[in-house]
Amino acid sequence: MAARNSTLLFCAIGFAALAFAPLGISSKFYLDILTLIFFTAYIGQSWNILGGYAGQFSFGGVMFFGTGAYASSILVNSFGVPAIIGVVAAVFAGAVLALCVGYLSFRSGLRGSYFALITLAFAELLRVVANSLEITGGGVGLFLTYAPGLQNLQFKTPVGFYYFALILLAISIAIAIWLENSRFGAQRVAIRENEDAAEALGINTLRRKCQAIMIMGAMGGAAGTFYSQKYLYLDPPIAYSVHLSVEMLLVTIVGGMGTVFGPLIGSLVLHTVNEVTRNFIDTPGLSLIVYGIILIIIISYLPNGLIGLFKGRGAKKTDARQGDGDA
Amino acid sequence: MLPAAMINGLMYGAIYALVALGLTLIYGVLHIINFAHGAMLMLSLYAAFFLFHLFGIDPYLAIVIVTPAAFVFGYVIYRWGVGKLSGGRDQNILLITLGLSIIIENGALFFFTGDQQTVSLSYSYDAVDLGFVFLSYPKIISFFASLLICLLLWALMTKTDLGRAIRAVAKQREGARLVGIDVENIFAITFGIGIACLGAAGCMLLPIFYVDPYTGNIFVVIAFTIVVLGGMGSIVGALLGGFIIGITESVGGLLLGESLGQIGISLIFILILILKPTGLFGSKV
Repeated sequence: MAARNSTLLFCAIGFAALAFAPLGISSKFYLDILTLIFFTAYIGQSWNILGGYAGQFSFGGVMFFGTGAYASSILVNSFGVPAIIGVVAAVFAGAVLALCVGYLSFRSGLRGSYFALITLAFAELLRVVANSLEITGGGVGLFLTYAPGLQNLQFKTPVGFYYFALILLAISIAIAIWLENSRFGAQRVAIRENEDAAEALGINTLRRKCQAIMIMGAMGGAAGTFYSQKYLYLDPPIAYSVHLSVEMLLVTIVGGMGTVFGPLIGSLVLHTVNEVTRNFIDTPGLSLIVYGIILIIIISYLPNGLIGLFKGRGAKKTDARQGDGDA
Repeated sequence: MLPAAMINGLMYGAIYALVALGLTLIYGVLHIINFAHGAMLMLSLYAAFFLFHLFGIDPYLAIVIVTPAAFVFGYVIYRWGVGKLSGGRDQNILLITLGLSIIIENGALFFFTGDQQTVSLSYSYDAVDLGFVFLSYPKIISFFASLLICLLLWALMTKTDLGRAIRAVAKQREGARLVGIDVENIFAITFGIGIACLGAAGCMLLPIFYVDPYTGNIFVVIAFTIVVLGGMGSIVGALLGGFIIGITESVGGLLLGESLGQIGISLIFILILILKPTGLFGSKV
């Protein structure tokens, strides 16, 4: 329990500091980067819930983001619903889509690479559909009107979006901590470590995996609303980009899969690498080359991610602790 | 219109089959999914493009340069890269090849910029009139050359000692080791052959397609669909799957329109995985 309390204390201090940070940071540039770091960490955490803890790698995680973004944007654009209600619809849409995809794939017993590939195909399918429908604006895309205000989840200054992203991040970390300490969390780890054994122990693996992907879907949906309200534009290549699917798993693996702070650390590194390389040579692609190399090094030599450097055998110990605590 | 679309689909199908053949061979022997397959195809398209652009070498002649180069590239990448780094774990290999594809893709973006490149050959616009459809020379050459290479690969796998060794390793890794086969070498050779297929496919594709750093992404889903459809590891399956997907794509485009027409491929992929993950000719998942 001591470990849990210190984590909570650490979080409280961290978030308090971040909440007051805009008072000290006047530069729009740094606020924007922090916002991006929080957002990527948030979406990475959504991937982590299913991929890191439950061991089900998805290559098409962007589909929940895109579907959520379309759900809220269509409600806002075509039905005049305020975005603050639209985000609820986005969360719902993401979760429902996740349930469909999860149930279909997990019931068919798809694991490992097969599951990764089918999520990729679902994202591709949705991209094609979004490209052809009228309500999504097809290939032209959707333009949202600029109307700052809390009910529209749009803000005049970067500070507004900073807090929006910070709240999302706080929620995602709260979910991760809650899951780590719940029976559900322990069961997902059991599924990751040995699915057949977990099933034999009486864990309903299909249900657990579906719940995990639904949490991922719900989180992705909210991320979609954040994006569309911030950038006020959405089209199929953005909504269902392979790039974002890859980014969410990258930051999580680099930071540390199956850990509360892994996605945040990974996101911090990703955006730092991004800014540093941009300062040296401003040619597109360079930062991701560096990041791809980091990814390969981490997978080969640091299976617990960067967080493993600080904790030593921490990640392993965490798992053991959970198993004991919940047994 | 329909027969024309089907013939066109068949033409592309042969090249798709070649791309998928590399993927299915690697899977069948090494039991790994090469996620960098699309990125490596894009590299060989660029190789063919620069051979044409800088030295004026016809893409179809460039096959004799690009294919062996791709083999060496694949051999090296596996022997001193993927194989060493992954520690042999399935998910690690998936992620390492993903990392590789990120590096290759962004490397291409960095060095070659994001502009689309095409080549124009002296016979690009010459065509044969079959009555119901005009077929350009490049399409016809690509079709028959792809078929020929598939046939050569099949002969290599069934008629030669190397092929026998590869199949032995695929069936019984330890048994093969016991009878004196250098398994690690065979793995790297297989990976090399898989990438060599891409080298040939790239040369065949360039005259009838375009290349940019993201071209590979288009073919990743197509190639995986074919491999899953035909059955992981099956050469015949890859060939047949290539034709089915090629035809599905062009007929889908005809019936449903340019944008919605692409839906057929991902739909087939999802349905096969859910209903019959072993595919048409696969043995087991």
